[in-house]
Amino acid sequence: MNKPVIEIKDAVVSYREDVALCGVSITVYSGEFVGVIGPNGAGKTTLLTVVNGLGKLVKGNVRVLGHDISSVDKNSLRKRIGYVSQADDIDPRMPMSVRDVVMAGRYGRLGLLRRPGKHDSGVVDEMLGVVGMAHLATRPIGHLSGGEQQRVAIARCLAQEPELLLLDEPTASLDWRAKTDILELVKRIHDTRHLTTLFVTHDLSSLPAACSRVLLMKNGLIRADGPPGEVLTDENLSELYGVTIMEVRKRREAAAF
Amino acid sequence: MQNAILATLLGGIACGIIGVFVVLMHMPFIGVCMSHAAFAGALLGIWLGFNPLIGAFAMSLIAAAIIGPLADRGELNPDTSIGIIFSIMLGTAFLFLGIMPLTKSGAFEFLWGNILTTTRTDILLLVVVTSLVVGLVVLFYKEVQVTAFSRKMAAAVGVPATLTLYAILFMTGATVTVTLNPIGGLLIFSLILNPAAAAYQLTYSMKKMFFLSTIFGVLSGWTGLLFSYLFNAPSGALIVLTSSVIFLVAAAFSLKRKVRHMP
Repeated sequence: MNKPVIEIKDAVVSYREDVALCGVSITVYSGEFVGVIGPNGAGKTTLLTVVNGLGKLVKGNVRVLGHDISSVDKNSLRKRIGYVSQADDIDPRMPMSVRDVVMAGRYGRLGLLRRPGKHDSGVVDEMLGVVGMAHLATRPIGHLSGGEQQRVAIARCLAQEPELLLLDEPTASLDWRAKTDILELVKRIHDTRHLTTLFVTHDLSSLPAACSRVLLMKNGLIRADGPPGEVLTDENLSELYGVTIMEVRKRREAAAF
Repeated sequence: MQNAILATLLGGIACGIIGVFVVLMHMPFIGVCMSHAAFAGALLGIWLGFNPLIGAFAMSLIAAAIIGPLADRGELNPDTSIGIIFSIMLGTAFLFLGIMPLTKSGAFEFLWGNILTTTRTDILLLVVVTSLVVGLVVLFYKEVQVTAFSRKMAAAVGVPATLTLYAILFMTGATVTVTLNPIGGLLIFSLILNPAAAAYQLTYSMKKMFFLSTIFGVLSGWTGLLFSYLFNAPSGALIVLTSSVIFLVAAAFSLKRKVRHMP
C-alpha cells in the first residue's frame, strides 16, 4: 500500500470575507497523478497553496510529506515540493538566464551561505536535458516564449529533486502546440520518475491523459473524486459548470478534433 | 577633500548595489520615500537635541518596516505602499519644520547635502553600512538574486524571500541615512536609481549588473566631485547630473534597445 503524501482534513481557508476552501478533505498517495478541475474561483489554486504552505489555513488539519503544516518550518517543506504556477509575463530585459532560473531550484536545498557546486551544475544540466531546453541554457529567460518558459519552470522544479509536484494552470495562456508539449512532458516525467503530482486546470482539454484520479471542485468544495472515466461524466460537468447536459455534449463533440 | 573622495567611493558602492534591487524589484520611488523618512528623522533629532543621524536611521527603518508588510499582504502593489509612506513622511518632515523653534538652516543641509563637510564619523558610518551591503550581496548572493527576480519563485523553492526582502529594505534605509549628509535627501534617490538603471541597459547577467552599477555609482561620485572643484559648483547636483548622463549614454548604446516583448 502506497503511503499518504498529502492528508487534508476539513480544511478551511478564507481571504477576508471570501471563503476559498469550505472544509475540504482528501488523501493523496505516493505516485498518484491527480488532476484538479473546476471553474474559476473554485478553490483549486488555494488547495495547492495549502499543501505548500503558501496559503493560510483557518481551520482543519493538513499533513504533507509526514509533517503537520501548522507546526513545520514551511521553508524547509517547500524545498521538497516543486511548484509551477501559470506563466508570468517576464520582462525581456531581466538579467537572468535559463540556467540561472533552473539553478534557483537548487537554492533552497543548498541553504544559506553555501554556493552551488559541480554537483548542482550537473543536476541543472540534466534537468535542462529532460525538458529539452539545454540548447537555450544561456538565453535570457525573458527572451523565451510562454511554452519555453514553462519548460524552464518545470526544469527548475525538477532541479529541486522534489518529492511532490504541484502544477497550477501551467498551460494557461499557451497556444495549442505549447500546451500539448507541456502535457506530454508532464506525462513523461510522471511515467519515468513516479512523482506524486497534482495538476490544476480550469480547462478540460488541458487535463493530462496521465491523470489516474480527478477531483472536481466548485465553490471551495470537492464535488467528485475518482478515476477520470467515472468523474468526467456529462452530468457532473453540467453541474460543475452550470450548463445543460445537452450543451456539455455539444461542446465536448466540438472540442474533439 | 580626502573625506569627500572616500565618501563618494563608499556612497557610490552602496548606492550602486542597492540600486540594482530598486530597479529589478520595480521600486524606483523607494529612494525618495526613504530619504524623506530619514529627513523627517533628522529634523526630529535637531529639534529634540539628539544626533540627527540616529533619528534619520530610526525613521528610515520605520518606513522599511511599514513598506514590507504592506507590499507583502498583496492588497497594494509595492509602489503604492511606497507612495503612501512617502506622503506620510513628507508631511511629517514639513510638520517638524513648521513647528520646531530653532533655526532651520542646519535642517536644510540634510536636503541639499554637502560632501565637502563630510566628517570622519560620516566616513566611519559609510564604511560600516557599505561593508554590510556588500556583505549581504556576497554572502547571500543566491537568495538576493532569486528574490530580486521573483519573490513568488523564491518562496516556492524554499528561499526565505520575505526575510530577504526586509533585509534589502533595511539596507536601503541604512544607505540613505549615511549618505544624507554628503549627498542630501533630495538627490540621493538619483544616485541609487541612475547607476543601476544604466547597468540594466548593458547586461543580461545580474552579477555583471551589480558590478557595473557599482562602477557607475563611484564614477558619478568622483566625476561630479571633480567638476564641482573645477567649476566651483554644488557637488551633490553635479554628482547626480553625471549619473544621469551615464544613464543616457548607456541607454543610447544599450543592447536591449530593440528588445520589447518577445512573441
